Amino acid sequence: MATLDDVAAPKAKRKLTGYWLILPGALWLAVFFVIPFYSLISTSLFDPKGSVLTGYDMTWHFSNYVDAIDQYKGQIWRSLWYAGVATALCLVIGYVLAYAIAFKAGRWKNLMLVLVIAPFFTSFLLRTLSWKLILADDGFVVDALQTVHLLGDDGRLLATPFAVIAGLTYNFLPFMVLPLYASLEKIDIRLIEASSDLYASPLRGFLKVTLPLSMPGVVAGTLLTFIPAAGDYVNAQLLGSPNTRMVGNTIQSLFTTQGDYAAAGALSVTLMIIIVGAVLMYVRTAGTEDLV
Amino acid sequence: MNTLTRAKRWIGKHLILGLGILVLIYTFVPIAIVVLMSFNDSSKSRNVYKFQQFTFDNWLHPGRWADGMLDSVMLSIYIALCATVIATILGTLAAFAMVRHRFVGRKAANIIIFLPMASPEIVMGSSLLALFVAAGFGGQLGFWTILIAHVMFCLSFVVVTVKARLSGLDDNLEQAAMDLYATEAQTFWRVTFPLVLPGIVGAALLSFSLSFDDFIITNLNSGQEVTFPMFVYGANQRGVPMEVNVIGTAMFVIAITIVLVGELARRRQEKALAA
Amino acid sequence: MSPAAEATTSTARAGSRDLRLSQLTKEYATFTAVKSLDLVVPQGQFFALLGPSGCGKTTTLRMVAGLDTPTSGTIHLGETEVTYEKPYKRPVNTVFQNYALFPHLDIADNVAFGLKRRGIKDVKKQVADMLELVELTSQAHKKPPQMSGGQQQRVALARALINKPEVLLLDEPLGALDLKLRRGMQLELKRIQTEVGLTFVHVTHDQEEAMTMADTVAVMNQGVIEQMGAPIELYENPRTTFVANFLGQSNLIAGEIEGRDGDQVKVRVQGALASVPGDRAHSESGKGWLGIRPEKVLIAEAGQPIDAPGDVITGGYVTDVSFVGVSTQYTVRMPWDQELMVFEQNTGARAMLPVGTKVDISWRPEYAFLLDASQDAKAGIEED
Ligand SMILES: Nc1ncnc2c1ncn2[C@@H]1O[C@H](COP(=O)(O)OP(=O)(O)OP(=O)(O)O)[C@@H](O)[C@H]1O
Ligand SMILES: [Mg+2]
Repeated sequence: MATLDDVAAPKAKRKLTGYWLILPGALWLAVFFVIPFYSLISTSLFDPKGSVLTGYDMTWHFSNYVDAIDQYKGQIWRSLWYAGVATALCLVIGYVLAYAIAFKAGRWKNLMLVLVIAPFFTSFLLRTLSWKLILADDGFVVDALQTVHLLGDDGRLLATPFAVIAGLTYNFLPFMVLPLYASLEKIDIRLIEASSDLYASPLRGFLKVTLPLSMPGVVAGTLLTFIPAAGDYVNAQLLGSPNTRMVGNTIQSLFTTQGDYAAAGALSVTLMIIIVGAVLMYVRTAGTEDLV
Repeated sequence: MNTLTRAKRWIGKHLILGLGILVLIYTFVPIAIVVLMSFNDSSKSRNVYKFQQFTFDNWLHPGRWADGMLDSVMLSIYIALCATVIATILGTLAAFAMVRHRFVGRKAANIIIFLPMASPEIVMGSSLLALFVAAGFGGQLGFWTILIAHVMFCLSFVVVTVKARLSGLDDNLEQAAMDLYATEAQTFWRVTFPLVLPGIVGAALLSFSLSFDDFIITNLNSGQEVTFPMFVYGANQRGVPMEVNVIGTAMFVIAITIVLVGELARRRQEKALAA
Repeated sequence: MSPAAEATTSTARAGSRDLRLSQLTKEYATFTAVKSLDLVVPQGQFFALLGPSGCGKTTTLRMVAGLDTPTSGTIHLGETEVTYEKPYKRPVNTVFQNYALFPHLDIADNVAFGLKRRGIKDVKKQVADMLELVELTSQAHKKPPQMSGGQQQRVALARALINKPEVLLLDEPLGALDLKLRRGMQLELKRIQTEVGLTFVHVTHDQEEAMTMADTVAVMNQGVIEQMGAPIELYENPRTTFVANFLGQSNLIAGEIEGRDGDQVKVRVQGALASVPGDRAHSESGKGWLGIRPEKVLIAEAGQPIDAPGDVITGGYVTDVSFVGVSTQYTVRMPWDQELMVFEQNTGARAMLPVGTKVDISWRPEYAFLLDASQDAKAGIEED
């Protein structure tokens, strides 16, 4: 397609303008996003005997990884597990909401979309604290569950994996809804109507037509939910207990309170590798490679 | 019997919408609690995060109990403003480069811009910290390191938002402007820029809220500085002052007002014109 | 052709501001949209560019406007070459096919845009006049997305016209209008064009529109101009099967050309001998297509006398009759299995011939034309 520049600018100048425009932003990301990875990797190979006070030596200490994984594999596992469950829940809840907005909301579409992002307007931490109140031991949710005997008399929700997963699900739901909505909205409603003639039940029609067409949204949504959820530690910290610590909690405390940079770095790199690996595998099986 | 089938059909038709609305209500429950707690009088027992007694005190004297709170709010606003300005400018320029220019390394740039949105915050925060420490700024963490970090993670969102707007632009419009005697500069300022502006404004609002709300990355790179989310996090360990909910509620109300006023103005204008 | 038109179609006169395209070519990576186009549009003419979708009309206009750079060839306005001139430096304006109205500006500002960019201060009066002309005065403060397609089109027209460019390029400017408005706008356009004396290059799909409005019509096909001339000339004496079929309908009958005989060319068609005036014969040997417009064909029941006989072919029978008010359209199957179209005026002189009737057909030799048989007889038939 002919752009303005094809017409307007002489060739040489055209090429340079592109570079000048992208340069500041790209440089910022290169220096403060790409190079830090390099620092992180080298940090992860520090001699673990160093400390903030005495300084660190970079000694290609690969055993940091072995030690970190060995010591914290529980947390790593738990992070993936919690994030996976939260993502699945988000997918189900988010799909219903996105579907309702895309096809059923009529003239309330815009309003509902605004409402989806409205929770972002209050602090993430405050919303998480609210869940602490909702799930509190003497709160009405626990009371109600105890009354119907779904929960034992001394059973609790707060400080359990349930609370952490509920928090994660709640906090990352909009990240699921928005991409889902974006891909559902592109679907021609007539296709769905046509499918209701072709397939016996609405459910089969949905499975054969709507769902496959919304796959790009499903893939984008699950990634955008899973990745931040796996690295999160706020929910585990505010709603959980020492038994629900996620890898984020560990990295954060190794860095800030224990000053064990080497282990923290190794754990961080491990988390990144696991996530990149999982994402690549997932994208391959889901068959959508044009995410970028 | 007839009414029964009709009711059934009505339910079938509205079931999904109803479920969707339930989900929305669910997302608002915690906000309702934030608002509620902003009227809670917790002076009797601070360590219990629970509604005890109604009061306006939190609203009247938000700085009363929590000394550091207002400072942290000011700091957060200040950082968010700075980060928004820088990220919006850099991101908008980059978006123009990506959509309007062909250059070597465009694919690589695209990936670098996408990656921050797909990296866990804890990893980004810790790598940045590793960089600062390695570069010898380990002792000088504070305002500048927070700002750098915030610009970094806001940038990608700005680029994506502006890019979407820009690539949706019909390039016939710019050509029409040039056809109508507008030079390249005039075409940009009279046609391109006004048309992309809503995208830029949206990106700026997004940046502001991302920056204001960030905790994980900030916490690793803040040194002695305390932003509002950090204040809340810290306060959680001592017993949360109800005043934080005042800030949360105020933020929410302000943001919703901005959105509603914008929407109303748009509708009003449309109606007036259509008449 | 009128003497005046004759004079203007000749090559560029000194001092005139004719639009001249020579050897103009536009190639895309895998596709040549315009091939070595040579074209002169005399100053002040209403010039119509007619052709099927995708034939390169828009591409040609865009090169003239400066929105696309030609791969090769030149564009001149009078003596000035403008091939690589910036669009905003050309005294040329465009009415875009998709209007391209500025959605953030109201109608008045859209219309005033060009004048303001040229530094003209007081534009109120001109804008008001222009809106009056396109009957949109009451809509001056609406924004484009709030208007109907037809209204938008009129705004696009006003926005270009107000600049009084030397050449106005119109890319199907009336496409979205209903028939009544369309006729009105056609007259209006024609009036403005004669009044202001601008050169109009008007792209259209609608052959009727092209023929009624234009001084000169060029028929374009697959990136080249097939034929160009006054509407009547194109219709009466098409030079290619494409033009013969694209403008109106034609019966093309395969024949052997026997050669020139004085100012006639003789053709043997299915046993009968027909003749074609020399200036209408575009091939003089070998195989050829004998062309005859359906309304020029006379029909009568087999053996009955035909009013004004010319060349005759016998042995057909009617396979279809449709009555369309002013005329009756017959489909006649000939002995060699080709179906010919015959349009007969409903003068009332004779009753309609029913399906199955054996008929003879005839035509005046001076209305026939002869085309080279190497061309596809179906070229230019719009399949729909
Ligand atoms: N950027 C491009 N790259 C490749 N081919 C192109 C490009 N732009 C146009 N074409 C091709 O050039 C040909 C001519 O296009 P053009 O727009 O001039 O057609 P047109 O005659 O205006 O058709 P219509 O009547 O449908 O508007 C088309 O076949 C089109 O597909
Ligand atoms: Mg076209």
